[in-house]
Amino acid sequence: MEFRPDLIIPELYQLLLIGVLFIQSIADKPWMPRVRQWLPWCAGVGILISVGSLDLNGLIFVGSYRVDPLSQFFKFAVSFGFAVAVLNATRQPTLEKEKHCEYFMFMALSVWGLMILSSCVELISIYLALELASFSLFPLVPLRSGEKRAAEAAVKYIFFGVAATAIGLFGFSFILASQHTTYLIDLMQKPWAWSEVPMAVAGLTLFLCGMLFKLALFPFHFWAPDVYEGASNETSAYISTMPKLGAVVVLIRLSMLLKPGLEITTILALFAAISITYGNLAALVQTDIKRLLGYSTIAHAGYVMVGLTAGTTEGVAAAAFYAFIYVIMNFACFWVVCRLATDGRNLKLDDLNGLYKRAPGLALVLAVGAIALVGLPPTAGFMGKLFLLTAAWNHGYNWLVVVAAANIAISIYYYLNLVRHAYTKDAAESTPTAVPYPFFRLLWGGFLAALLILFGIFPNLVFKALPPT
Amino acid sequence: MEGLDLSVLTILIFFPAAACVGLFFMRGTQIIRAFTFAVFALELIFALPLLRFRINTPQFQFVERLTWVKGWGLEYYLGIDGIGILMVGLTLVIFPLCVLCSWSSITTRVKEFHFCLLLLCSACVGLFSALDLLLFYLFWEATLIPAYLIIAVWGGSGRQYASLKFIIYTLAGSALLLVGIIGFRIEGGSFSIPELMGRDFPFGFQIWTFLVMALAFAVKVPMFPFHTWLPDAYAEAPTAGSVVLAAVLAKMGAYGFLRLSLPLAPLASQTLAPMMIVLSIASILYGGMVALGQSNIKKIIAYSSVAHMGFVTLGIFLFSMRGSQGALLQMVSHGITTGALFMLAGALYERSRSYELRHNSGLGKYLPAFMGFWGFMAFAGFAFPGTNNFVGEFLILLGAFEKNIWVGALVVPGAVLAAAYMLRPTQKMAWGEPSNAKGWKDLNVREWAYLLPLAFLVLYIGFAPTLFFKVMNPTLNNLSVKSKGKPLITRLATNPGVTIGDSKLNIQERKKP
Repeated sequence: MEFRPDLIIPELYQLLLIGVLFIQSIADKPWMPRVRQWLPWCAGVGILISVGSLDLNGLIFVGSYRVDPLSQFFKFAVSFGFAVAVLNATRQPTLEKEKHCEYFMFMALSVWGLMILSSCVELISIYLALELASFSLFPLVPLRSGEKRAAEAAVKYIFFGVAATAIGLFGFSFILASQHTTYLIDLMQKPWAWSEVPMAVAGLTLFLCGMLFKLALFPFHFWAPDVYEGASNETSAYISTMPKLGAVVVLIRLSMLLKPGLEITTILALFAAISITYGNLAALVQTDIKRLLGYSTIAHAGYVMVGLTAGTTEGVAAAAFYAFIYVIMNFACFWVVCRLATDGRNLKLDDLNGLYKRAPGLALVLAVGAIALVGLPPTAGFMGKLFLLTAAWNHGYNWLVVVAAANIAISIYYYLNLVRHAYTKDAAESTPTAVPYPFFRLLWGGFLAALLILFGIFPNLVFKALPPT
Repeated sequence: MEGLDLSVLTILIFFPAAACVGLFFMRGTQIIRAFTFAVFALELIFALPLLRFRINTPQFQFVERLTWVKGWGLEYYLGIDGIGILMVGLTLVIFPLCVLCSWSSITTRVKEFHFCLLLLCSACVGLFSALDLLLFYLFWEATLIPAYLIIAVWGGSGRQYASLKFIIYTLAGSALLLVGIIGFRIEGGSFSIPELMGRDFPFGFQIWTFLVMALAFAVKVPMFPFHTWLPDAYAEAPTAGSVVLAAVLAKMGAYGFLRLSLPLAPLASQTLAPMMIVLSIASILYGGMVALGQSNIKKIIAYSSVAHMGFVTLGIFLFSMRGSQGALLQMVSHGITTGALFMLAGALYERSRSYELRHNSGLGKYLPAFMGFWGFMAFAGFAFPGTNNFVGEFLILLGAFEKNIWVGALVVPGAVLAAAYMLRPTQKMAWGEPSNAKGWKDLNVREWAYLLPLAFLVLYIGFAPTLFFKVMNPTLNNLSVKSKGKPLITRLATNPGVTIGDSKLNIQERKKP
């Protein structure tokens, strides 16, 4: 097994970006271009590189690092999300100028961790990559000037995160003790029933806690709304989307172990059902848009799990598709929020009033994003839900499919609230008549909305990139 | 010419949606209205190839079939039969008239309004011609957002509440429909409706899929007790919104019963028919009685709509040829009559700024043409012989009496109620004292223009429904044969419904065994 650097070009490129950001952060000379001027372009190049490496295949680092269509798809999704997040965050009103370099360096580091995570097929490397992705996120949250809640949110995020990973590590020791291997490929051959290896099952359950925390699945969801509310809009946009990709890819890798019918799969299905219902019900009463989207994240984490409990290649493909689509639709909604909050404050639903008149383009993007999050055609959100439910039907968890479908009806209320405030209510007299935003900013939001509709009509465009089902 | 066949339905579906883009570049409200009207008029012209519809075959025609998403079995599969073509026709007739009837009543955000109308038209035509279950569901849900916006933005004072209620009810009804569709895909191996029609599904599977579908369709129709969203939505929507909701969107539910429930779950349909019949009769009686007690003109029409659609679902679940013929004809008739009534109510609102009866009394002297149309449509509304509704309701009553004399006996009060609840407002509006109508202008050319075609259709269907029966008979026959229940086939043999021999209508005598 020789080392082939050509397999990890996207990761190396990302490392290069991190290096440049690091240098600029310790020695910012006047002749250097500002971060916001060069980073979006470089992130764009990153997308191209990851598209170019979609077809790679191989196993390196003593069999712990697998480069396959699945990992490459997620690397593409991650670098796509990184580019959007960078574009979204470059003119952040609540970020001091001198902290720009550090902010983006940590963000890039976290993205790097997610990229590595999508290729790891061995428990220790999964753990390390997960830590890399999480720890670099912790400093992002408090970087919001003049906001006490940001510090509180950061503390919550760190404590929850650290506790979850500690529990995961504890569970990992159980797995190692009873199954004597950390390679997923070997673990697949082992039994995973409670009656045979109770210790391993307990260990895997604990290990999953770390992932479920990232995914904000019930009962590891408590941090999500608070952290979103406390962190700046742009940071929330990142936290609510990208770490989910990492969690989903690991869960996909682990789902090879989770055959339907096993106790642990049933527990996950139960969590998924509660997560969907709880997230949607709690979101109904929110008036802060970020909290609303926070609870919607919890619900969507449950939806992704529906595909994973199926234990089939179709379920995996559906979950991967949904995770990618989720990134786009959440970014579309956050894009509007970030543009509207020109002073970086948290927006209430009432702040959206009369948006159709003040910023028709943004209102349309928000409408498409919200409709996609509900899962109505012709958006990609509908296709994603359809594939998830189809894949999960008749694989032992039909009740979960019914719960997931019934929840579409609950969720319409609060997503529609976004549209309702934007389109059917008139703004108060005091609100400024027009939202100032540069043309390119609108263009990018429109691009996200267009992608949602495009993938809704031609989901094949994404499925082609996915591992064959 | 065969090449043309391939794309008729696609053009009909996507032309209005594509025309939306044109609206972005328009300035000036009159231009926008004229443009939208032109689009719908063009749409009617594009529909001309549909006249080559072959009426003596139950097969789907103008079929288009393309693979859409490989691996998941999604297809772009279109086609229409005798049921679909009537519904598509109804849609295409109603939409241009909607533009006309909201010409002067919609004054704010005109562009967005017509944008929604165009999208809605696309979705409706798509729904009535979809032969793929998923495509059906897709268009079904696609109607929601434009319809919601039409109510929520341009509606009356209670529009926020009404629109939200409308969308939550409909979505709650159809959320489980998706599960049913997925069930068909897994169990039957396909999303294609014609292929699934040939399958023999296990009884238990049929029962739950039928219930899931029935919930979605019953909310949309709406049937008692799922109707509570309707009075709010119909009364608060702008005129064009009410017209589209009543004339086209309500038909989606009944169409769903005919297209999906009966052929895909025939055994369950037969087994659960008594339940559906009871609910239908409840709709007829309840809708009629509540309509009698209303003082708001739009609410009267709204509740009368519940009653009329009760007749439709009753006809469908009688499982006799006459019942289903009556139901289908009643679907078309209800669209025309109720659409016209809502348009008239809207025209009246522009004069009195109120839908209350007491603000609209004594019009006969000042608005003779308006009252003439109203009276005519009201008579059609309670199925006066010679009007379109009479043919449909009569056939359904006939079917009901054949099925069971008590079913028939229970429906008769509904027909009587209809006369009462339509005549009461008509009398007040025509001769009520004191008259509010002094100085109001009678119908203008535009209003004549959208009422006349509907009035013509009322009489045409009322006196010469032959063409409609010719179109629907093969399909309905085929549908009944496909329903596997034994009682139906014998019933069909003895009760052939309305047949057409030598271009004469024969309602044949029941043959005594």
